[in-house]
Amino acid sequence: MLYSVVNPPIFVVARAELTAPKQEKALLEIAVNLMVPSATGDGEFNGPSINEFFPDVIFFEGTNFEINRIILIRFLAVAVLMLVFWLGTRRMKIIPTRGQSLAEMGLDFVRVNIAEDLLGKKDGRRFLPLLTTIFFMVLFMNITGIIPFLNIAGTSVIGVPLLLGVISYGTFIYAGVKKSPVKFFRNSLFPPGVPPFLYIIVTPIEFISTFLVRPVTLTLRLMMNMIVGHLLLVLFFSATQFFFFTADGGFKLFGAGTLVFGFAFTLFEVLIAVLQAYIFALLTAVYIQLALAEEH
Amino acid sequence: MLHAVIAAATEEATKNPLIPEVYDIIWSAVCFVVILFFFWKLVLPRMQKLLDDRAEAIEGNIAKADEAQRKAEAALVQYTAQLADARAEAGQIRDQARTDGQRIVAEHKEQAAAEAGRIAASAKTQIEAERQAAVVSLRSEVGALAIDLASGVIGESLSDDAKASAIVDRFLAELEASEVPSHAAAPSAGKI
Repeated sequence: MLYSVVNPPIFVVARAELTAPKQEKALLEIAVNLMVPSATGDGEFNGPSINEFFPDVIFFEGTNFEINRIILIRFLAVAVLMLVFWLGTRRMKIIPTRGQSLAEMGLDFVRVNIAEDLLGKKDGRRFLPLLTTIFFMVLFMNITGIIPFLNIAGTSVIGVPLLLGVISYGTFIYAGVKKSPVKFFRNSLFPPGVPPFLYIIVTPIEFISTFLVRPVTLTLRLMMNMIVGHLLLVLFFSATQFFFFTADGGFKLFGAGTLVFGFAFTLFEVLIAVLQAYIFALLTAVYIQLALAEEH
Repeated sequence: MLHAVIAAATEEATKNPLIPEVYDIIWSAVCFVVILFFFWKLVLPRMQKLLDDRAEAIEGNIAKADEAQRKAEAALVQYTAQLADARAEAGQIRDQARTDGQRIVAEHKEQAAAEAGRIAASAKTQIEAERQAAVVSLRSEVGALAIDLASGVIGESLSDDAKASAIVDRFLAELEASEVPSHAAAPSAGKI
């Protein structure tokens, strides 16, 4: 959404592969590179490409357990997450220390603002482990996108977004079916208050929006935000590098501009990282709440 | 050159970001399961326990504060009662002391008055006794003196006791008779 202007090249690359004429792909690749206007002239400027999300395999090459740089970054994010919360909750005191109050603040945010707010005390507590996991997993893997030397979000490869999307999908269906299968499907597919003959139109729409679109949007929203955020940052900083060290004369001034933009977007990425984690957890909670609701 | 770029580009652009790799899903699932169990079994129970403890502590403190207040009120009532008792007792003691004092003063006054009366009475009797003694001794001495004198004057011994004492008695009776009309007429006695 935020990056709709920049999104098309990625989609286009993707679609290009499906149709697969090689030259078209190459042209699109170049088109991606041409997104920086001043990269004309000498070909030394290397814009970001989608291949950055598929780095070389480091361990277990050729097996189903290949580990590349991004997988390692995910492991690091998981390790940091566990360290933070293990330390933060190690010796819980009634009057919190500074570290504890930080961990408490994070956990309370999910517990109060997402789980209990939408699902109420009882169901909120039931789904709290899942919502907490989703929120912090997404948050910690997003934030690696702006950490120096990591510089890529663990959620920018489809594995994590897809997995979490499917889990969210499975969870709200499980919640609805467990409560009352008939009511769940009736509420989902035949919303009350609609004249019966309209169900011919409404029911397919509801089916698509509830059972097809939800997991897809959850997955793509997160992944695309992270991919595009990364590409933007790479673009700004590689352009800065290019202007400062390769371009001549007056073009060097552009470097200052791209550097400022790069810095601004780095800060913006922090916001995006938190926001996407919040949205993912919040939407999961909303879907569960809709599945548990008596009436829509 | 263009061909080289195209060739490089086509070779590189072989990945579709929307198609998940198996290893990607597997490691994502591992990460998810680890984090889920970490929160589910470790962090959230700790957090829940803390919240329970905190709620309990707050309730406990409120109960404690109530207890303390009740005790303080009881103590206040007790102290007030004690203070009132003490005041009353002090008042009693003061009254007692006052009456005692009055009684003592009165007793002492009485005693002093009695003593004074007694002293005055004894002094009077003493004076009277001394006067009697003086009168007696004076009578005998003055008699002897007068008889000596008179015997010298008349040259005759008046040592005949019966006679002498009769004379003296008569003389003194006269003396007394002359003294009686004016009790304090010492000079008239002096004239004799």
